Amino acid sequence: MLNIIWFLLVGVLIIGYAILDGFDLGVGILQLFTKDKKEKRVNINAIGPVWDGNEVWLLTGGGALFAAFPIVYATVFSGFYLAFMLLLAALIFRAVSFEFRKYVESDKAKGYWDLAFSVGSLLPAVLYGVAFGNILRGLPIDKDGNFLGSFIGLLNPYAILVGLVSLTMFTLHGAIYLTLKTEGAHKERMTGMINKLWIAFVVIYFAATVFSFFEASYLFSTVMKNPLFWLLLIVLFGSIISIPVLVKAQKNGYAFLASSVMIACMTLLSALSLFPRLVPSNINLDYSLTIFNASSTARTLETMLIIALIGMPIVIGYTIFVYRVFRGKTEITKESY
Amino acid sequence: MDAVILARIQFAMTIGFHFLFPPLSIGIAWLLVIIEGLGWRKNDAAFVSLGKFFGKLLALIFAVGVATGIVMEFQFGTNWSVYSKFVGDIFGAPLAAEGVFAFFLESTFLGLYLFGRNRVSKGVHWFSILMVAVGATISAFWIIVANSWQQTPAGFIIQNGRAELTDFWAAVFNPSTMVRFLHTIDAALIAGAFFVTGVSAILILKKKEVELAKKSLRLAVLFGLIVALLEVFPFGHEHGRQVAQTQPEKFAALQGLYTSQTGAPIALFAFPTEPPPELKAKIEIPGLLSWMAFGDINARIRGINEFPKEEIPPLFLTFVSYHNMVVLGMYFILIMGIALYKVKRNTLWNNKFILKVLAWSIPLPLIACQLGWIAAEVGRQPWIVYKLLKTRDAISVTVGAGEILFSIILFALIYILLISTLLFLMNKKINAGPEPAVAKEA
Ligand code: HDD
Ligand code: HEM
Ligand code: HEM
Repeated sequence: MLNIIWFLLVGVLIIGYAILDGFDLGVGILQLFTKDKKEKRVNINAIGPVWDGNEVWLLTGGGALFAAFPIVYATVFSGFYLAFMLLLAALIFRAVSFEFRKYVESDKAKGYWDLAFSVGSLLPAVLYGVAFGNILRGLPIDKDGNFLGSFIGLLNPYAILVGLVSLTMFTLHGAIYLTLKTEGAHKERMTGMINKLWIAFVVIYFAATVFSFFEASYLFSTVMKNPLFWLLLIVLFGSIISIPVLVKAQKNGYAFLASSVMIACMTLLSALSLFPRLVPSNINLDYSLTIFNASSTARTLETMLIIALIGMPIVIGYTIFVYRVFRGKTEITKESY
Repeated sequence: MDAVILARIQFAMTIGFHFLFPPLSIGIAWLLVIIEGLGWRKNDAAFVSLGKFFGKLLALIFAVGVATGIVMEFQFGTNWSVYSKFVGDIFGAPLAAEGVFAFFLESTFLGLYLFGRNRVSKGVHWFSILMVAVGATISAFWIIVANSWQQTPAGFIIQNGRAELTDFWAAVFNPSTMVRFLHTIDAALIAGAFFVTGVSAILILKKKEVELAKKSLRLAVLFGLIVALLEVFPFGHEHGRQVAQTQPEKFAALQGLYTSQTGAPIALFAFPTEPPPELKAKIEIPGLLSWMAFGDINARIRGINEFPKEEIPPLFLTFVSYHNMVVLGMYFILIMGIALYKVKRNTLWNNKFILKVLAWSIPLPLIACQLGWIAAEVGRQPWIVYKLLKTRDAISVTVGAGEILFSIILFALIYILLISTLLFLMNKKINAGPEPAVAKEA
């Protein structure tokens, strides 16, 4: 039971990360398509006060994975070594670019840190999907739980396609967020982006789903009988379709909600089809790391549950408070980035 | 080179670089709690302006602290997978608690502090910097819990080839947690005090907003003297006693005590050689070490010669880093004492020499921190988890030396870029100085 709870909690942290950091990664990617200097500045300030808190969902997810399923933490992280180093480099550049771009003076230097910010956002957005894709199709895990693959092996067509799914998904999510924060022509341009991104996302997502049937057919063997699967699928389709409708009706707050639900459903669907496996082995499905053979002891899971139950409500409380303080359109002031 | 050495270089480099920033973040944040507090309660425009100025510098330092911390969070899994599997049941909980209780707090409220000045009331704004300081301190607590557990493990049994938790509180408050936490936090406060003092001294030397700078300097010097005294006694002293009791071979290495003896002397200065271990050119005070460690001039202290050869740490590095830390600790008291005396007599402001010394002393507490960690971590070798797991058996089995080398080079390049950009920008900010204090609002 505790193991299942922790499977869900790690899932919640990953979803929290995808929804919250998802939009600010998206904003970073959209910077690549924003030429106007003033608009660039508004974009970056739209996420300025909140991006760091958002990223902590990833860090806490990593910590929770370490605590609840140390074997997975150790195997996957050492197995994905080079991919992780790239991710870390990207996150470093992203984290410092806010402050650095603010204080450098020449346009050229600003341009470099803008680029660092965008690439530092793009890479994690793609790698998020690449990681999911690889886990869904199974990793070469031997019977001792060691990873036998290579970096190149991680860059297979299926995983890259799933990487493009997450890329378009986060960019779409970011564009919707920006319509809440911007006005006038800037907002209209973002609305235009949403329509294009939505089409790209739907096409790629459809292709990836078809691909999954061939690449990871084991995922579907039991889950199709589960009513929850169909329920999530209906909600997912509902939220995807409602996005352009809501944007057209100028209900952008609801559109943002819809894209958050979409992200949550996508992640939950993957989790549901993996369950109870965390990392399936494609050498032999019996070698998979599961929530039972890869977990910490019951005592640790219990202790951590208490920590989470005390801590997370407080975190959510003040996070909502800070979002409320900064609600509304982004203004540029002296303190801005 | 073999993978173990490379993995160790990698870890030492990334953590050492990370730890340049947490002490400053923690120390400056607490000083800002005081500065912003004075600005708010006394409605003093000078402190408000100082708050803005040091707040901007904090933001820069904090950003690099965050960026380099992200690497650390994942490094246990990428580089030390055997270790992660071995300690996961115990180690994960503090790391997760750090995320839940600390990282969310500091980063969420930092956003509010930096951008919310005109959006929330003065009280809430002050509360936000308080939460940044509290969050950073809690973060230090939990990571130090994890580190202390690997120095002095407690509350566990070895089962299924790993350490399994039996008593959470015993693991959290293991024999070295509290001493190490207090010692490290106080070190951070020293670093913050020297930063604010040094920057203020630069402003005075450059004649930028001198009246403001005098205020922050006064405050930071008084604060700095207090924390510098506390660091030596009781915190440093207690830390030494704890090591003597819990890790005797490390204690012998720190003190350069190579043969067991009663009435052991304290070595003030010496040049250690190995092998065979010997202190050259030494100056000693007889009996003092026995007395400091066990409260008895004649207590017997075990020397390096009593421990198996394969279980003793590198002697030179441990001894030298420990002693230089102590020397710096004495220097901090001295220089802050002199500065405070001159402040009281109102003669500091024209004393270019002392002001310059204060400015150049900004990095010294950070060096002392690095030396302290080297003493603590190298002194723990060959163990990664004291008496339970050797460092050389703990690295990731599936990661090759080439991959580690690649990442060392990658991070070294990134870090060089970060530190030079940071220094350049800080220098610019400091030279620009604080805004003049605007006249009091009613
Ligand atoms: C004594 C204090 C201390 C020590 C020993 C460490 N850190 Fe640290 N760390 C902090 C004190 C700190 C801090 C004060 O909380 C930081 C530094 C500046 C900052 O922005 O937060 C931080 C930032 C920071 C972050 C970014 C948090 C954020 O986004 O807000 C991570 C993920 C880590 N650290 C992780 C680690 C790990 C895994 C360490 C051990 C190997 C470690 N730190 C050693
Ligand atoms: C922030 C301050 C710290 C500094 C400056 C520091 C410094 C070092 C150094 C220099 C080494 C290399 C020792 C050697 O290989 O001979 C090392 C090793 C290590 N430290 Fe720390 N350390 C710090 C904090 C921590 C913390 C908080 C943890 C755990 C939570 C930790 C865990 C380790 C581990 C696992 C190693 C193993 C690698 C090794 O032994 O080489 N350290 N550290
Ligand atoms: C006379 C003064 C001091 C004494 C007696 C002292 C004592 C010690 C001892 C015995 C250790 C090693 C603990 C271990 O190996 O587990 C240590 C570590 C350390 N020291 Fe000091 N220290 C002094 C001054 C300072 C100063 C001035 C600073 C920084 C400003 C500092 C920062 C550190 C740090 C960061 C560590 C590593 C973390 C830890 O183990 O606490 N120390 N100190």
